[in-house]
Order: sequence, then structure tokens, then C-alpha cells
Amino acid sequence: MALLDVDRLTIDIPTDTGLLHAVGGVSFSLERGQTLAIVGESGSGKSLTSLALMDLLPRRAIRRAATLRFDGIDLLGASNRQKEDLRGNRMAMIFQEPMTSLNPAFTIGNQLSEALRRHRRVSRDAARDRAIFLLEKTGITAAATRFGQYPHQLSGGLRQRVMIAMALMCEPDLIIADEPTTALDVTIQAQILRLLRDLQAEFGMAMILVTHDLGVVARVADQVGVMYAGRLVETGPVERVFASPGHPYTQGLMGCIPTPGRTRPGEPLGSIPGQVPNMVGDLQGCAFRDRCARKIEGCLGAIPERRLAADHRVSCVHDISIGSAA
Amino acid sequence: MTVLTSLAAAAPRRPSRFARFRRRALATPSFMAGAGILAAILALALLAPVISPHDPYAQDLARRLIPPIWQDKGSWDHLLGTDKLGRDYLSRLIWGGRISLLIGVSTVVISGTIGTALGVVAGFFGGRVDAVISYVITTRLALPVVLVALAAAALVGGSLAMVILVLGLLLWDRFAVVARTATLQVARADYVAAARAIGCSTRRIVFSEVLPNILNPLIVVATLEMAHAILLEAALSFLGLGVQPPLPSWGLMISEGKQYMFFSPWVITVPGTVLVILVLAINLLGDGLRDVTAPEQRN
Repeated sequence: MALLDVDRLTIDIPTDTGLLHAVGGVSFSLERGQTLAIVGESGSGKSLTSLALMDLLPRRAIRRAATLRFDGIDLLGASNRQKEDLRGNRMAMIFQEPMTSLNPAFTIGNQLSEALRRHRRVSRDAARDRAIFLLEKTGITAAATRFGQYPHQLSGGLRQRVMIAMALMCEPDLIIADEPTTALDVTIQAQILRLLRDLQAEFGMAMILVTHDLGVVARVADQVGVMYAGRLVETGPVERVFASPGHPYTQGLMGCIPTPGRTRPGEPLGSIPGQVPNMVGDLQGCAFRDRCARKIEGCLGAIPERRLAADHRVSCVHDISIGSAA
Repeated sequence: MTVLTSLAAAAPRRPSRFARFRRRALATPSFMAGAGILAAILALALLAPVISPHDPYAQDLARRLIPPIWQDKGSWDHLLGTDKLGRDYLSRLIWGGRISLLIGVSTVVISGTIGTALGVVAGFFGGRVDAVISYVITTRLALPVVLVALAAAALVGGSLAMVILVLGLLLWDRFAVVARTATLQVARADYVAAARAIGCSTRRIVFSEVLPNILNPLIVVATLEMAHAILLEAALSFLGLGVQPPLPSWGLMISEGKQYMFFSPWVITVPGTVLVILVLAINLLGDGLRDVTAPEQRN
């Protein structure tokens, strides 16, 4: 049985101009120890999807799903109490902004211990040992000294390591990282990603990595889901999707990656013309059609999901077979 | 949880919480000045039965309006002179300090609790709750404190308990406004979402994420309101509707002295000066406390 089962998850947000269909029918499942990367541009609903799993959506947002199951526990019917017991304990989250995700009023040690003592009956000393152990695991030197420091005394990279350590305090089964490296500078990004991947392998956790950086996906993920305008347009194993992207949007994304050697200096970088459609009100057919080079009449109707391989799926009217792409 | 048992290197001993607080406090002059003066006044007030040279209530009509020691006819027996009934002014001043401090502290405890609770609830839950509480706050802001206090005093009669209660129930508005605004900011902070993500309940979030982060402005408000309450008590007593004679209160002393101020000005300047010093000390302390407790200062 999969660790996480999501079937037809939708998120609607009421706005002044109508219902915003932020996420429309996203389905995926995740096995223990696997990493799923969700990629997409800003506003494609990838962050909301990850928040929906933790039930941390903004208050106005309406979450619906056919199935939302974590390790056999139905998240849709779970009580607040059950959800509080899961959060931080069995599913943890790493946020995008390490600079503001730590409480400035307490030492990081205090906050790390809190994450463990909230869920486990352990002594202060045991929590402290665990925190220092994990701080060292995340590559923080002089962890025992850092333990007693306040967030403002740490740099962004250190704070993100602290956030990662905090997420690991209870040894969760699932870790959701929402653009964990976006706010960091490039040299630190690679370190943090390697760290996440190593820790994930070491502790055997499943991970959902939300990102808009395809380079990150290639380095870290097993599975990838490409989101566009609130829908998963393509899912599959990373190597397959990168080697033979099926959906025109995915192909476009791959075309945007500058490759040393192939992309010449001075030449314009690849881009996908057009903009994400307005997602307020009913949307029929393929959301990408207005930016798609292969737009046909059928794009306005129902879009079938095609299986290119056992676990490589694409939502497109075109009968895409392997090799027809690019 | 095998990793739990694996131990990390022992940390070097950090100075205790108190030691760190003391070091920061010593480096903040306004805090030290405010705390010093306040401690002195507090000590005098607490030790009143021991150190006051005379009984503050003992009248001696033969020794009325003796001027303080620095004037020509001053006497070492009454350092700050006597009032119109021949009561020792220094003793009354020392005992009166108890009243002022009692009123300041208890008023702030009552109003601070009410105001902070309302403000945090409004700011944290927002929506309709916020609308209702904001309406209550605006209603309260529309009430003139002195007038309401006067009306209450006229209805129930002035007494120490009445003054504390009326001021406590009236002076919560600034707490509520400040707490609400601060909570609005904090509730949207990422670390509140992060706290939810580690499974904290709403109650926990309010008490351990929101409250500690809005405490700084509230401390400043508390000191301002304490000074405000002490001045209001003086005003009410001056108007004859606060603390009732013969209880020694600084406001009452000024009030009782007003007919003698032209020929014996010290009956007003002495209690007036200590009142100013007390209020100044409280404000200095509040100002310094903000600097001392600000999280950026902790290290």
C-alpha cells in the first residue's frame, strides 16, 4: 500500500470575481522512501497542493478530494486532534522562507525540543540530545552552541538547516519541502539539496519536493509531476520524463533549460510564450491550449489521460507516443 | 528511536538566563535609572511602618504647617514639614506611596488582562470576532475616562477599591489596540504556520507563538498605563472622588494643600514632585525594559 494516496484533489478559493479553481483534480501516490517532485511555474497550485496535504490551507480555501489517505489514515475525515498528532510527528513540512519560519522569541534549541516534546514523552535532556544530534546531521558545526542561540543569530542557510532538523525531530514518514532552496543563495542550494537527499535515504522517508527548478528535480527526485494551471499534466519517473517528455508543456519546460555547450552566449534563452490562464470560473479542456504550438479543436473538449508506460502518464488530446516528442 | 539515545557533545556552559538579563540590563542606562528610582520608592513604601518617623494619621494642631527643613522655620522633627492638621508630611508621603503603587500595579493587572485577551482574540481569529471586538474597543474609546470615573465615584462613593476597579475596567483600550495590531502581524508570520506544521494546537500557538512575540509593545503600554492610572488616581482624589481622607494619597495631599499653596507652597510641590518622579521612573523603566527584552538583544 502506498504511503500517500491522493485522488482527484481540488482546491477552490472564493474571490470577489468568482471561484478560483487553484487546483483541479490532482491525483498521485507516493511510496515509502520515494521522492516526488512537483514542478510548475508560479501560481500553478503546487504549493497549495502541498499545504492541502497538511491541511494548512488558508482559511477561505475549500479542499475536496475523492481520496486523501496517509498510511491508511483518511485525512479527509480526520479530527483536528488526529491531524495535530500527525503533523510534525509523521508528516513534516519545510517551508520556503527560513528567515521567517522560526519564532524569534525562543532559542532554536527550545523550538527543536518543542517539536519532539509535542509528540513524544521524552525528557528535556533527551530532546536536547536528539536536537544536537540532528543539527550535526544537517552539517551545523558547534551544534551545542547553536542550540542556545536565537534565530536572528543564524544565517539563512543555517536557519534552513535548523528547519530541516526540526522537521526530522520525530522521524516522520513523509517530509514535504515547499521550495526549500528558493530563498537561499546558489552555493547553499546545492548543499541543502544534497543534505535533504542524504537524510531522506538515511532515514527512509518519503519526500514531496515542491519546486520550479528542473535542475533540482533531476538531482533529487525519483518521480516527477508537472503541474500547469492547477492540474498535473504529466507524471512519471524522472529519467523517463526528462528523456522523453510527453506533454507539450513539459517539452517547453525542458527547452527552457540552458545547457552548457548547446546554448550559445548571446542567444536568447528558451521560453514559453503566453501566460497562465485566468483560473477564475469554469475552465473546459486543456488549460495550456492558448500557449501550445499543437493546439487543435479537440483541446477545448475533455482531455484524456494517456499512459506512455506503466507509470508515465500525460494529459493531452494528441496521441503522444514515445519518440514523437521534441 | 535509537537515534534518540545517541548522545551529542556536551555544550559549553552558557551563562544562566538571569546572568544574561543582568548583563543587558546593566548596559541600558534608562532601565537602570528607572529601576533604581522605582526600587527606592518601592522600598520606602514597603518599609513604611518601620521608617516613617511619625504616625501619618496623628494630628497636632499646635504644630500646623511647619515648613520643611530647608526653610527658615524648618524643624528637624518634621523633615518635610506638616500639613494643615499638623500631620507629619514625610510620613504621609511614605504611606501615600503605597497607595499610588497599589493603584498603579493592580489597575494594570486588571486592564492588561482584559485588553490583551480581547486584542489577541480579535487579531488572531479575525473576521466576525474581530468586528465585534473592534466595535467594543471603539465604544470604549468614545468614553471619556475621567467623566465615567467621576460618575461611578459619585454613584458608588469614592474608595480605594472603587478607584482600582473603575480604572482597571476603563484603561484596557490601549492594551487591546496594541495587542490586536501586533497579533495581526504575528498571526500571519511563517513561524505560526511552521508551528501548525509541527502539530501545535491553536491554544498552544496563541500562548507560545503569539504572546511572547507581542510582549514587548505590551510591556511599554503597561508602564505607560501604570503612570496614567497613578495620575488619574491623583486627579480623582484631587477632585474629592478618589481615595478618601484621612487615607494618605499623593493626589489627595495636593488637593488638601491647594488652599495653602500661596503661603506654604511646599504642601503642593512636595507631593507633586514625588508624583512626577514616580511617573518618570515608571516610564524610564518601560522604555529600558523594551530594549532589554527585545529578542535582538538576546545573545
